Amino acid sequence: MSDVDFTLNGETRSVSVGTTQSLLSLLRDELELPGSKNACEQGECGSCTVLMDGAAVCACLVLAADADGSDITTVEGMASGDVLHAVQDALVAGGGVQCGFCTPGFVVAAAHLFESEPSPDRDQIREALSGNICRCTGYGAILRSLEDLAQR
Amino acid sequence: MEIVRPTDLSGALEALDSAPDATVLAGGTDLMVEINFGHRHPEHIVAVRRVEELTELNGRIGACVTWARLEQGPYRALAQAARTVGSPQIRAAGTIGGNLGTASPAGDGLPFLAALDAEIELHSAARVRRLRWDEFLTGPKQNALAPGELIHSVVLPDEIPTRQEFGKVGVRNAMVISAVMVCVARFDDGRTRVAVGSAGPTTLRVRAAEEMISAESSPGESALAEFQRLVSEGVNPITDHRSTADYRRHAAGVVARRLLERCL
Ligand SMILES: Cc1cc2nc3c(=O)[nH]c(=O)nc-3n(C[C@H](O)[C@H](O)[C@H](O)COP(=O)(O)OP(=O)(O)OC[C@H]3O[C@@H](n4cnc5c(N)ncnc54)[C@H](O)[C@@H]3O)c2cc1C
Ligand code: FES
Ligand code: FES
Repeated sequence: MSDVDFTLNGETRSVSVGTTQSLLSLLRDELELPGSKNACEQGECGSCTVLMDGAAVCACLVLAADADGSDITTVEGMASGDVLHAVQDALVAGGGVQCGFCTPGFVVAAAHLFESEPSPDRDQIREALSGNICRCTGYGAILRSLEDLAQR
Repeated sequence: MEIVRPTDLSGALEALDSAPDATVLAGGTDLMVEINFGHRHPEHIVAVRRVEELTELNGRIGACVTWARLEQGPYRALAQAARTVGSPQIRAAGTIGGNLGTASPAGDGLPFLAALDAEIELHSAARVRRLRWDEFLTGPKQNALAPGELIHSVVLPDEIPTRQEFGKVGVRNAMVISAVMVCVARFDDGRTRVAVGSAGPTTLRVRAAEEMISAESSPGESALAEFQRLVSEGVNPITDHRSTADYRRHAAGVVARRLLERCL
């Protein structure tokens, strides 16, 4: 075990983690933040995407012990109270959610894109989401939702 | 020690010296997959991403420079290669040092290093040594790293080819491990290098094709066709779940020729 300190959704946290534990397992199994999903544990699906020091990364590929000193935002940290993040709003309005399993990863990846590029074009949106897999929507509704947001 | 997170090189080397069996962790995009799937069980980990010296990109490429940074340059073909690695999430974390550490024949950063005759600088508490790329890459997923040693940086020669292009063939655009990839580099005087990945046990150079095309100051159709043929002839691919040997051989020649045309 080792001790790590980091900022999680704006709050300082100190926890004890296993030597080979992933950040995803820490979030879901111990910190009661099951929003980040676990579908592959090998970086392929993007459903575990979180922001770490301003970069979108797969939480399944971050060693929890190596998150020490980082600033981490999960999907649970996207909304402000009851007010959804603009990306969440857009996905709801545009029907970009079906079973919803992939949605947290898409929300974080898209929020990261809109932070640096408030009106991305279709190619930029596709590129930013190329690490996220959805088995329901066929991506069309997700892309259209975010294109609508980009044009707002 | 279970995990140490040094912030400077001497801290990292001391940690590796006191536990030479420790596993180095950079971006984790290869190592964490192995840990998550139970293929590796490291007891001691030296996490090196905070070591400032390893993140330098200034004449040399520090081991911890990420694909996301390399996508921005300054090396054209390496930027093109970086752009094809995994996904934005993978590129934000994965590093060139990790690509060398894993030493997969499909490592997308390796053909560029081969084409430029890059050296890999290795540091340990006891010594610093430099190995040329082909001394470092010793086999599929094998390299010359000794216990207690750290990949410090990639050292490029002073003379960088002005024209350089990278191309990769896979089943789709995003998130794909290469079936075959090629880097072609050409100097102003015509000297040309061609390196191919996923077409042999390690990244390889096709010397016969290089010699032939280097002698052509403005290659025409027959020279280009001969170059393509020599590249196909000079690779040594296998058939696996990603592609067949025949396809890889063919694609290597076609891609090499197209990249060469872009260099002219
Ligand atoms: C979904 C997915 C897609 C991928 N797509 C691609 C792709 O398209 N192309 C490609 O080439 N790769 C791909 N990879 C593999 C991986 O991302 C790359 O090989 C990456 O460069 C590894 O870097 P890292 O920093 O994450 O390495 P890590 O996982 O941290 O380390 C990898 C290995 O290198 C060793 N190591 C790392 N740094 C050092 C150092 N400084 N000194 C000594 N040893 C060291 C580690 O001990 C470990 O054995 C993909 C991986 C995933 C999960
Ligand atoms: S669970 Fe992390 S990418 Fe799939
Ligand atoms: S909505 Fe079901 S996986 Fe995307």
